Amino acid sequence: MSVSPAAPPARTAERPARALLYSEQIFGVCAAEVQKLHHDPFELFTRAVQPVIWLLLFGEAMARVRGLATGNMSYIDFISAGILTQSVLFVAIFYGIAAIWERDLGILHRYLVSPAPRSALVIGKALSAGIRGLSQAAVVYVLAGLLSVAISLQPLHLVLMVLFIIAGAALFATFSLIVACLVKTRERFMGIGQVVTMPLFFASNAIYPLTIMPAWLRAVARINPLTYEVDAVRALMLRGGTSSFGVGTDFAVLAVVFAVLVAIAARLYGRMGS
Amino acid sequence: MEPARPPDAAALPAQAGGGPTVIDATVIDATVIDVRKLTHRFGTFVAVDHLSFGVGRGEVFGLIGANGAGKSTIVRMLTTLLPVTSGGAIVAGYDLVKQPGEVRKHIGYVPQLMSADGDLTAFENLLLSARLYGIPQREIRPRVEEALAAMDLTPFARRLVKGFSGGMIRRLEIAQGLIHRPAILFLDEPTVGLDPAARHAVLDHLARLRAETATTILVTSHYMEEIEELCDRLGVLKEGRLVAVGSPAELEARIGPGATLDDVFAALAGEEAGPAETQAYRDVRLSRRAARTHG
Repeated sequence: MSVSPAAPPARTAERPARALLYSEQIFGVCAAEVQKLHHDPFELFTRAVQPVIWLLLFGEAMARVRGLATGNMSYIDFISAGILTQSVLFVAIFYGIAAIWERDLGILHRYLVSPAPRSALVIGKALSAGIRGLSQAAVVYVLAGLLSVAISLQPLHLVLMVLFIIAGAALFATFSLIVACLVKTRERFMGIGQVVTMPLFFASNAIYPLTIMPAWLRAVARINPLTYEVDAVRALMLRGGTSSFGVGTDFAVLAVVFAVLVAIAARLYGRMGS
Repeated sequence: MEPARPPDAAALPAQAGGGPTVIDATVIDATVIDVRKLTHRFGTFVAVDHLSFGVGRGEVFGLIGANGAGKSTIVRMLTTLLPVTSGGAIVAGYDLVKQPGEVRKHIGYVPQLMSADGDLTAFENLLLSARLYGIPQREIRPRVEEALAAMDLTPFARRLVKGFSGGMIRRLEIAQGLIHRPAILFLDEPTVGLDPAARHAVLDHLARLRAETATTILVTSHYMEEIEELCDRLGVLKEGRLVAVGSPAELEARIGPGATLDDVFAALAGEEAGPAETQAYRDVRLSRRAARTHG
């Protein structure tokens, strides 16, 4: 019952006003999250440690194994795109914890008693995960540059990259929010978070190519949205990087999955207060 | 709280499930909250049982009752947070069940728990509320400043809320709840966990709000002196039912000469004798948590 009514049949004149209001509500939620980061950016630094470890330790060591069929790119090039995506995923996937925290404190209720459509609340939170994701990506770019990864700085590539990072982070943050709405306690969420994150990461093309996977794992990877995110990031981040599915397809997959997740999350989030 | 006195049921006119006692025609015309047989069940436990009452425009209406009597459940239903099991209500002119979106536009809510974000400044918290409520861009700033001034928070606008005192947080939360100038403000235990000075500051601000804007207020509280000070009328809840509705003076007169609201509470809302199933544990946990976050 508490699901807000989807825009009722509006007179056409009201539509632009309603769309504007909707985007302002999304912006409001997202801006508040960004302001919090601005007040306390410490988390951004601690989050940056993980990609450093993966690239410097795992990446550098595995680069000496010449058996991985990474095509014409070096392994460190290959994995830096995977690590970038992973660090964005890890930032986003713990977004649900924040939602549970807000529910326990009571802050959630201020959102739910407001007339903002639940989907606007969800999208606002999701986009703020994208902003965090961008700061992670910047760290990986700098680090990869230091490791002389062949980074592409073409403006078009950078612009599309920003788009994909925000889309990927928003998608996984929404997924995380759904899990949070279902499990409702921090303890359970932490357990589920581990169980979900690792398979997402390993059943993708992040640190090894799809071609070396056994058929069953490849099938799983093909339905894992992370694979499409990595595929696009690899094409856009690296000079001479190529995409297996096509960047357009990658984006379409992410957009559709995101839309479906938002629809589900909006329903569940509305009930989280009861 | 005093130990419950044996309620002298025979001496009291039956009110359970009934409408408001005395309402003259002008008030009925201006009813802004019209609750009709509102019911909420948690599993098999009936937390709110076919409740009916009305609140007139500009009125301050209090709900009192023991822990678990259903106060918060009523408020959470009327603010669209909790689904209605059966019955319904007209809130600010809209059907609670069929038009929750419209209801939300016209009400403000200050929950028992924290609704201000400690990691934001007071200004940013109000900015967020203004945007959620769709206040037009060019009006946002003046409204936020007006809200800060109304609650005497202007000097602290740029400070993080986690450094605020409990009373300042409550005032900010009231400001958040009022930024869209709602027809009705719901306050769930607005002074729980506050020290006496902070409590008086909050009450003074509410009295001023009342005098200046004639906002209708529905407030729950455990503090009888505060109900006495604020409310035009109040309802006494017991086990999810209204056992009495009236002005503080009327209810006191019913108990006997020289009775106070504490006596009214003890006689009418008195605590359970047996371990009947209630929401009391949940309620106590909630108010302790609220006391912790605001105290």
